[in-house]
Amino acid sequence: MDIFKIIDDFQKIDGDAAGRLEFATRRHFMNRIGSKLATVAVPTVFASIVNKAYAQSAKAVDVLNFALTLEYLEDEFYKAGNAAANLIPASDKTIFTQIGKHESQHVAFLVKALGDKAIKKPTFDFQYGGAFGDVFTNYKTFVTVSSALEDTGVRAYKGQAGELLADPQILEYALQVHSVEARHAAMTRRLAATVTSNPAIKGWITGKEGAVPAIYAGEDNMTQGGVDLKGLASKSDAAITEAFDEPLNKTAVLAIAGPFIKA
Amino acid sequence: MNRLMKSKNDSGKEEGASASVVNRRLFLRSAGLATSLGTIVIAAACNDDDPDPMIPGTGDSVDLGSGDVGVLNYAYALEQLEAAFYTQVIATPFAGITDAEKTILTDIRDHEIIHRDFFKKALGDKAIKDLTPNFATIDFTKRDSVLGAAKLFEDTGVAAYNGAGRLLKDAGNLLLAGKIVSVEARHAAVIRDLLKPKSADFAGDDIINENGFDKAVAPADILAAVKGYVKDTITGANVGK
Repeated sequence: MDIFKIIDDFQKIDGDAAGRLEFATRRHFMNRIGSKLATVAVPTVFASIVNKAYAQSAKAVDVLNFALTLEYLEDEFYKAGNAAANLIPASDKTIFTQIGKHESQHVAFLVKALGDKAIKKPTFDFQYGGAFGDVFTNYKTFVTVSSALEDTGVRAYKGQAGELLADPQILEYALQVHSVEARHAAMTRRLAATVTSNPAIKGWITGKEGAVPAIYAGEDNMTQGGVDLKGLASKSDAAITEAFDEPLNKTAVLAIAGPFIKA
Repeated sequence: MNRLMKSKNDSGKEEGASASVVNRRLFLRSAGLATSLGTIVIAAACNDDDPDPMIPGTGDSVDLGSGDVGVLNYAYALEQLEAAFYTQVIATPFAGITDAEKTILTDIRDHEIIHRDFFKKALGDKAIKDLTPNFATIDFTKRDSVLGAAKLFEDTGVAAYNGAGRLLKDAGNLLLAGKIVSVEARHAAVIRDLLKPKSADFAGDDIINENGFDKAVAPADILAAVKGYVKDTITGANVGK
């Protein structure tokens, strides 16, 4: 059996196969071959490497495309908001310019990383079927939607982390984006508190508090790691729920984001 | 939503067929910015400085342990420092503190205490001892000193959790870390906004890179960066291993 011929063929299907194989297990693989492990064992070893490379990648592609859908949504939202005349007051322009910049960077990174596996940008309806009809003419609505998008983004990335356990580097990138979305969320929530005159909205999520209540289901969870934390350190339920952000699975996120997506 | 899920499923099948994938090399290239929060933190700590960052031998030697337990103890150590810091901030408020600032800092104090006590409980008899913090370099009477240190602790906490995620083997532990790190990121954004209101600093270019990524820093670098703030000598060589 000609291993290098196989890797060659493999390369034709998957341009980066060798790179990934090397990254993952090539050294280990070659060591084992070098150590004169019986030739009979080689096909098995090789097959397991190939399977592993494909399995990890397919899962990661799925997660990254899911992330890309949400980043496209956010990116388009801020592009439209930042371009709209008389929407964002001068005092808050810097904030939304910075957020918009990050969302564009996230899109660019994911598109580059996914290559020809990247999904196409969907067409969006930011009026959410009419529920947010004045989203780009009324700052209050714009901030409300912004805070909801950011908090949903945080929940979405958190919900996918476990899917990336086998891809540590991709996991790390996802975490690095996740905490940026959380910074955005804190900032936009504080703006939302002002524009909606609801001081109960803080940078962190108390119970299920937020400008669009429907998206905070489960945020009032008091049980962590199987332990009911009620009364922990004599702190209030409010503080305990604030101290932990809760994930959403993909289905729940898409149920929230769905009405924004026309096609 | 149905449309989206359907189109996603369809594209998923195509992916299965042609089987290719994420270009890891691209990823690695973009990651080349393996930036070091370590440097920043150390530099900042030196600014505050600090006649005597750390007198060796004034505390105990603490080994965080190995595997997931090591990672959780690492988080527990950082939460201990944060909780102690904010406890002091609220016990001796800086001059001119506003009601709004006091509310925010009290909230954060409570979150950090909850994180600390949660880890202690979760780790049970595997938990490291109570650490002895060393905040000699922080002037708790001055707003800039307190908020500057808070910013440092929060950004460091975010970078530490982000860097530790890949070391965890258990999905439940990873989710827990994820639930906490975003709260630390919220703290960081709010503290940064207190320091420079309505600026880009809540997610500033000093901390977010050109891919729009927050920092992710390995335990060894984080431990080196915070060692001036704790009297005990913490070793984390086997964290996640």
